[in-house]
Amino acid sequence: MARIIVVTSGKGGVGKTTSSAAIGLGLALKGHKVVLIDFDIGLRNLDLIMGCERRVVYDFVNVINGEATLNQALIKDKRVSSLSILPASQTRDKDALNKENVGKVLDDLGKLFDFIICDSPAGIEAGAMMALYYADEAIVTTNPEVSSVRDSDRILGMLASRSRRAELGLEPIKEHLLLTRYCPKRVAEGEMLSVEDVEDILSIPLLGVIPESQAVLKASNAGEPVILDTDSDAGQAYQDVIDRLLGETIEFRFLLAEKKGIFSRMFGG
Amino acid sequence: MALLDYFLRKKEKQVTTASRAKERLQIIVAHERNSRNKQPDYLPQLTADILVVLRKYIKVSDESFSIKLDNKDGDLNVLELNIELHDEHDSS
Repeated sequence: MARIIVVTSGKGGVGKTTSSAAIGLGLALKGHKVVLIDFDIGLRNLDLIMGCERRVVYDFVNVINGEATLNQALIKDKRVSSLSILPASQTRDKDALNKENVGKVLDDLGKLFDFIICDSPAGIEAGAMMALYYADEAIVTTNPEVSSVRDSDRILGMLASRSRRAELGLEPIKEHLLLTRYCPKRVAEGEMLSVEDVEDILSIPLLGVIPESQAVLKASNAGEPVILDTDSDAGQAYQDVIDRLLGETIEFRFLLAEKKGIFSRMFGG
Repeated sequence: MALLDYFLRKKEKQVTTASRAKERLQIIVAHERNSRNKQPDYLPQLTADILVVLRKYIKVSDESFSIKLDNKDGDLNVLELNIELHDEHDSS
């Protein structure tokens, strides 16, 4: 059975789409059949981050309305053949999605893929609720910053009460914390919440820590998910996330500031 | 100077902005979690009153009755009553 994973956060701009793209591509590179779904109806962007924006013909809402088949709407990734993208529609109203029709599409996709990654829109409106409703697992993307952490906690409440698993009294959604835009140097200086701080507050298991990195902007500029930039710290941190999702135990990297010189180490703590 | 900075910074450690952020978050998150799960104060009394009225007409055991106040979308409250009715009637 396919693993349905929602990438969610509550707050916007924390890295949901960047993470969805990196994780989707990373899993596909490991040989798994993966579909990435953009749930941000009206504001699609996953296509741009994946670099397939010129190839969008049909979208999620077309499939729901029966105007296109799944096969027509799915865009096969040019880099990895086991990866497909189902783009959000750009113009239609977001009420197009409901539990029944989304459930049907996910059912059909579940027969074709091992992983279904749902890129959630920001907020706690209908679109975000649809993205998380059928999830088996949730990657809660959080920045080490007060408003993002608070919103993540809000989303954790939704996962526990508004999902299909909650409504049917099934085993709860498996939650993962993905901390993004992490600056070890600022943490060391007491200017940024540390990994432990955020773990303390949200109390969910840590899946990964992605350092603040110039590679992320370069990746989205080029439409090449950052996991392909294997020399970059962010790319390597996402690779670790993939390995952990696949059940491996990988030590966390990029948590400490660059090594200081001997003098500052002696005198600067 | 670095030595002096070192001692000054040590003292400041207690009031870094990160530790203030953590403290504020712990308080607000705990508060919001509470209000997420909390039932209003009147609910136990309301439950008792409803049971009294119901029992005037039908036989209701404590197990076959449940009451729940749900908050949907943050602005819509739904009061949900669940009463299991048994075959035999008793109007006493």
